[in-house]
Amino acid sequence: MAGIPQLLVHEHNDNVGVVVVEGLKSGTKMLCCITADNSTFELEAKADVPIGHKVALSDLKEGDTATKYGEDIGKFITNVEKGGHVHVHNLKTKRW
Amino acid sequence: MSSQYSNRTFMGYRRDNGRAGVRNHVLILPVDDISNAAVEAVGNNIKGTLALPHAYGRLQFGEDLDLHFRTMIGTGANPNVAACIVIGIEPGWTKTIVDGIAKTGKPVQGFSIEQNGDLKTIMDASRKAKEFVHYASELQKEEISISELWVSTKCGESDTTTGLGSCPTVGNMFDKLLPEGIYGCFGETSEITGAEHICKKRAANDEVGERWYQMWQAYQNDVIEQFKTDDLSDSQPTKGNIEGGLSTIEEKALGNLEKIGRTSKYIDILEPAEVPESGNGLYFMDSSSAAAECVTLMAAGGFVVHTFPTGQGNVVGNPIVPVIKISANPRTIRTMSEHVDVDVSGILKREMTIDEAGDNLIDMIMRTASGRNTSAEALGHREFSMTKLYRSA
Repeated sequence: MAGIPQLLVHEHNDNVGVVVVEGLKSGTKMLCCITADNSTFELEAKADVPIGHKVALSDLKEGDTATKYGEDIGKFITNVEKGGHVHVHNLKTKRW
Repeated sequence: MSSQYSNRTFMGYRRDNGRAGVRNHVLILPVDDISNAAVEAVGNNIKGTLALPHAYGRLQFGEDLDLHFRTMIGTGANPNVAACIVIGIEPGWTKTIVDGIAKTGKPVQGFSIEQNGDLKTIMDASRKAKEFVHYASELQKEEISISELWVSTKCGESDTTTGLGSCPTVGNMFDKLLPEGIYGCFGETSEITGAEHICKKRAANDEVGERWYQMWQAYQNDVIEQFKTDDLSDSQPTKGNIEGGLSTIEEKALGNLEKIGRTSKYIDILEPAEVPESGNGLYFMDSSSAAAECVTLMAAGGFVVHTFPTGQGNVVGNPIVPVIKISANPRTIRTMSEHVDVDVSGILKREMTIDEAGDNLIDMIMRTASGRNTSAEALGHREFSMTKLYRSA
């Protein structure tokens, strides 16, 4: 792989990825890697995102399902732009 | 079936019941909270012993009392324990625990405080503990096959890196070593919530999967629904989980389940602290997701090495079972390296494969089984936390 990725994605059908470097700044053109097959793509971060936190891989709408590990991990409670920070402020479990 | 792991061995202790231990403790075990003072005095008198004070053991009843006895007996019976002193306020429950531990064939003796007082009890128990230390310190290690290991797992202070790195590392280890004949154990009933449909399918057959699902559902009905005041948003995920980027219980559960790898299937379900009796293979133990409670229960179930993936840096240890910490989070490696035994942060940089990380963990398990102190052992982490099911009488 050309360089160390800033974002890892589990599966091809996931719509969020995980920042895996410290101090990621808004505007960074991230090298992204899908761990299922080590394929890569590029995505611009639209926010400062802490290590371990998630980034939207496409424009997502309120009510959309968040997919990670190829599975349903909850629903978006606001719209999120591609490259935006995804966490408890815009993503919630469907359980309670 | 032979593999590159089949010929691996460690230097361990062969116990009278045939089990293999990786530590050689002489325990001083209280039956109940009011015997802690005597237990700690004996532990202080006789060097080379390990006192395990705890908070419970009085006026428990029913299933909760059964669990108390199972935890006490299982702790004393664990192959990492060479010999055990048991001290209780009265002789009845003391004898129940002594008799349970004695089935292993190891030296065990009980003492009770009523009609003796603390001072005489401490003197008598100290003399016997000294004998046990002489006995244990002369036991010789022998070469034992990797197939005889009993390895448990539970993750803690999880974050998004545990699902990417440290949990799949443990899963890879299980996928490689369960076929060699080891016993494995995972649990954390509440933490499977969000991935229960997947966990159910990882049973060896439909009957076991259905029993697992009933157990999980019973926890939802009997505990969560009965005691919740709003929802579990402040407890599952934990504050640490959220700091580490986990947003929902589903996301946390999916990462957690990475610990059982790609091919491993569980063959049976264990009550908390129950010793497996269905032969070698992977077991699910109904257990809390709180680290110290869960590791204490699995140790009481007879598991001798614990593998503990962590993201944000849970520091838990156990008094009788070495707890091996695995982390993939580069910030945790940078800020808390003294707690981490296996650094798999290379997985996030795509410089290390899961397969390589699994082999690194197997190497660390074998070194630990042969005597290497874990980070938690070196730092003095001896969390012994009993699980209590409901209020005492």
